[in-house]
Amino acid sequence: MNDELLRLENVFINYRVRGGYLSAVKDVSFSVNRGEIFAVVGESGCGKSTVAHSIMRLLDKNAVVLGNIKYNGKNLMELSNKQITRVRGHDIGMIFQNPLDSLNPVYTTGAQVNEAIRLDGINKLDGWKKVIELYRNVKMPDAEKRVHAYPHEMSGGMRQRVMISMMLSRNPSLLIADEPTTALDVTIEAQILEIIGQLKKEFGTAVMLITHNFGLVAEVADRVAIMYAGELVEQGDVFEIFREPKHPYTRLLMKALPRGTKQEGRLQTIDGTVPRLMKVQPGCRFANRCPLAKEICHNQDPAVRALSATHTYRCHFAEEEV
Amino acid sequence: MYESPIKEFFRSSLKNFNFMIGAIMFFSILVLAVFADQIAPYEYDAGNPAAKLMEPCKEHLFGTDEMGRDLFSRIVYGARITLKVAIIGGSIQLVLGVVVGLFCGYFGGVVDKAMLFLADLTWCVPGMVMALAVVTVIGTNLTNAIIAIALVNWASMARTVRAKTMSLKNMAFIETGVAFGESDLSLMFRYILPNIVPALIVMVSMALPSTIMSTTTLSFLGVGSQPPSPDWGLMVSDGIQYITKAPWLAIYPGFALVYTVLSFTILGEGLRDLLDPRMKSQG
Repeated sequence: MNDELLRLENVFINYRVRGGYLSAVKDVSFSVNRGEIFAVVGESGCGKSTVAHSIMRLLDKNAVVLGNIKYNGKNLMELSNKQITRVRGHDIGMIFQNPLDSLNPVYTTGAQVNEAIRLDGINKLDGWKKVIELYRNVKMPDAEKRVHAYPHEMSGGMRQRVMISMMLSRNPSLLIADEPTTALDVTIEAQILEIIGQLKKEFGTAVMLITHNFGLVAEVADRVAIMYAGELVEQGDVFEIFREPKHPYTRLLMKALPRGTKQEGRLQTIDGTVPRLMKVQPGCRFANRCPLAKEICHNQDPAVRALSATHTYRCHFAEEEV
Repeated sequence: MYESPIKEFFRSSLKNFNFMIGAIMFFSILVLAVFADQIAPYEYDAGNPAAKLMEPCKEHLFGTDEMGRDLFSRIVYGARITLKVAIIGGSIQLVLGVVVGLFCGYFGGVVDKAMLFLADLTWCVPGMVMALAVVTVIGTNLTNAIIAIALVNWASMARTVRAKTMSLKNMAFIETGVAFGESDLSLMFRYILPNIVPALIVMVSMALPSTIMSTTTLSFLGVGSQPPSPDWGLMVSDGIQYITKAPWLAIYPGFALVYTVLSFTILGEGLRDLLDPRMKSQG
């Protein structure tokens, strides 16, 4: 059975900048299956948004993407501009980090959702009915009235709901959610996540959830990939990762999570900072912050090792204690 | 609960002094132009040899010219010409400015550089000199004068549209549009353009006075409207010859011109205040 919807194979993304290339993403491979929630976790600037944008070919002109990005067997990188326009929205939907300016300020939100519906050839009147239905789907309070509201008359959570309903209207099989709740407060975050979880159940939509919030991953994701400085350091089933994190970075991240139950004084942090990606040296990119780092870590790229069929990691010494 | 922006506009426009005065003045010119046949007591080209260079009196409100034509009637009919200048000249500038500005701002690159160079060129040469050159080449009549002035003035509009497009292009909602599979044309005309409409309205109403003035100047210089057209510029130019004997011939058309230009300027000022988002919160 082929449930594989999206597959990235050895994707490298470099930004052409003044004075050379910045290696934003290095050798990333993963796949997203139909109807699952796949989370990509990492700190700011680790390349997770770059990966997401590269799938939709939304990167700036100075980005160079190498490798294969396959959607349903089609290589997205080889499509013409016209063909990729068709894929956007129709096959793959995307919602963005900041719902506050993701909507056109001069149209009512309902009109914008209706617009998206009509891209698939539904007439305007039926469109309005569908908009209200969609607003109800995303639990918009007062749906009939809110279709006539302008974006500035809505809260961030409502706007994100509008974005989701807009995306829903095209019924894509994959939704890329680029930090959908980062700009929202915790209660709204929970509601939005609930809606995303519902999408998966009701419409069988696969979701690629990009976040820096590990707690959120534990709640909704089926599988998870952890990125550090442009490298995918570990990926696997969410239970495997939380039960048995292998890569030292993942393990340290877990320790840095605040836990409500135990009082252990200060939160643990990871010393050091993310390396500059302009000067790319061989070796593990986490080496300079890693407590396990040895000579080999600084000189040689660690190979991807598999712990099980689903759980892989990229480290020389993952067996040792941190 | 959700007031439409159009309603909100009308509500706040009543409080805006400049806008109301400008609108009333503009409306009066509009009435003159539309109902010229009813308002004017005489035809604009009907000369009366018995009543040459008459002073303003009861029969001839503003007096008559050297051919015995009623000055008031000519000024009323002249409003049509002035509005024609404003509408046609304004539209040409608007369309050129919007299309060129949108394309340059959106796509950038070589075409953008070339257009920018062209726009800079039109700014190097004094506008009137260039308009005179253009009219001389394509022929002297009112339509050509309007075209010449529009060709000289479109560049500033294109520049503003281009700048606005460039800043809007990087807004998140454009990215949303791209992610939803909107085409470039749709992004330009349905996403970006509506967002610069307020700025466009102000730009046009500010550009109209100078368009009218320049076109009238061309007529005054004899390369615009040709006699017996009741063009105000032409009337001023004719009246200059009789400035000592019959000063009203030059003065009244001049007043009409000032009144019209002033109405557009005041209206433009009012619109600018009304459509300025920074003023809105106080409304």
